Amino acid sequence: MSEGVYVTGIGLLAPNGAGLEQHWAATLAGRSGIATLSRFDVSRYPVRLAGQVDDFDAARHLPSRLLPQTDISTQLALVAADWALADAQIDEGFFADYDTGVVTSNATGGFEFTHREFRKLWTRGAAAVSVYESFAWFYAVNTGQISIRNRFRGPSSALVAEQAGGLDAIGHARRTIRRGTPMVVTGGVDSALDPWGWVAQIASGRLSTATDAHRAYRPFDVDACGYVPGEGGAILVLETASAAAARGARQVYGEIAGYATTFDPPPGSPRPPGLRRAAESALADAGLTPDQVDVVFADASGVPELDRAEAAAISGLFGPFAVPVTAPKALTGRMYSGGGPVDVADALLSIRDGVIPPTPGTAEVPEDYRIDLVRGVPRHREVTTALVLARGRWGFNSAVVVRAVPGPRTPAPRRPQQQQERT
Amino acid sequence: MSRMTVDDLRRVLVECAGEADGEALTADRQDRDFEEFGYDSLALMETAARIEAEYGVRVPEERMAELRTPREVLDLVNDALVRTS
Repeated sequence: MSEGVYVTGIGLLAPNGAGLEQHWAATLAGRSGIATLSRFDVSRYPVRLAGQVDDFDAARHLPSRLLPQTDISTQLALVAADWALADAQIDEGFFADYDTGVVTSNATGGFEFTHREFRKLWTRGAAAVSVYESFAWFYAVNTGQISIRNRFRGPSSALVAEQAGGLDAIGHARRTIRRGTPMVVTGGVDSALDPWGWVAQIASGRLSTATDAHRAYRPFDVDACGYVPGEGGAILVLETASAAAARGARQVYGEIAGYATTFDPPPGSPRPPGLRRAAESALADAGLTPDQVDVVFADASGVPELDRAEAAAISGLFGPFAVPVTAPKALTGRMYSGGGPVDVADALLSIRDGVIPPTPGTAEVPEDYRIDLVRGVPRHREVTTALVLARGRWGFNSAVVVRAVPGPRTPAPRRPQQQQERT
Repeated sequence: MSRMTVDDLRRVLVECAGEADGEALTADRQDRDFEEFGYDSLALMETAARIEAEYGVRVPEERMAELRTPREVLDLVNDALVRTS
């Protein structure tokens, strides 16, 4: 049997909290980060609500040299990686540079940066376009910049699968560790809240046009009406159980115990969507049966037919009303590649604190969904194993199983995360 | 067009590529290698484009890559400005 892959550090920036503990406290208290998009005037757009990471000043956290060459999505990713490494307290030099890798996901690239450079292109000509546009737009740039900044020179990669990609990154990071790289930084971050990124998101037809921030994104509700997009994500430090033990890791949040991904059949096919098969395969990968799962963090699209399909997958696999299901992303909006890693972080904190965060806003779930959606207030109960689901537009389905580490757990401090600034 | 000074070059570098990693570029440091300030080849490409836009002096990419110090860049730009004035 392969050695366990442990999560020993988390860095997270979400619309309802920039910092893991700030986000978690807000999530349990039901504090939302969804509000009218303020980066530009959205009054004439059909969609106006977004989850924004407010008060994020990249210059406070990153060296000046990095600012002209990075989109806000990369700045968020670099800071999340810094915080994850600080949280894991990995001493410089403990791992050789080729023993450390970076595997991230990104769904939308550097929209805001590229929009700014395109504007220069059509107003001032090609010579005015920044040379940094050559990579600042690119899906792989977060992996590259995290690698360069931290001198992680081992196997590294980038995965793109819309909202499912963040889980794919975590799964591939685990695979990378099992192939012999003891420590891998992984996760996903996205941001596309400039006018160009905004219309690109609206074009999906899945965004909520509601204007009441508390009622716009209500996954699994009888009145579900699409989703609100958000920005942000999470970066995790993954390492082998033996590396974590050898360096006396101050905390182990849990184990990445299982992972699987599937692709949907083409539209019109009689075959069912692939989400249930992804969940079954991830459980099989973890060596678990459905009755051993304590909570499911749902993809929670908010689009009624997609909610119905996910509910069918969950109730079909676990049985009707057999497992608590939750979607705290209703407080942040869907963060694309950031959504899965933030759900994994929330699942790990559910294990740590023995509490399942609720799905805020959702009031009435159609009876025929046959799921036990945690609503209103957190549900206190021991959590040992959690299943995290994510779907990406155009057919991606991914599932990750996280599990409490065997043996005595190191209790993590409940103080706010140190937002260590490193320049 | 007036001459390009060390202060001008520092401003352009900061606008294009951010503040230097260590000590700021000043007149007494204009013979240091760009690497000592943390500026890589992309930073200098960006700077060359900005110099052309502001001063009308074209510094080809391959020529820019050969210039190691701020003084070499200033000499090239100012020689060209003198020739065209």
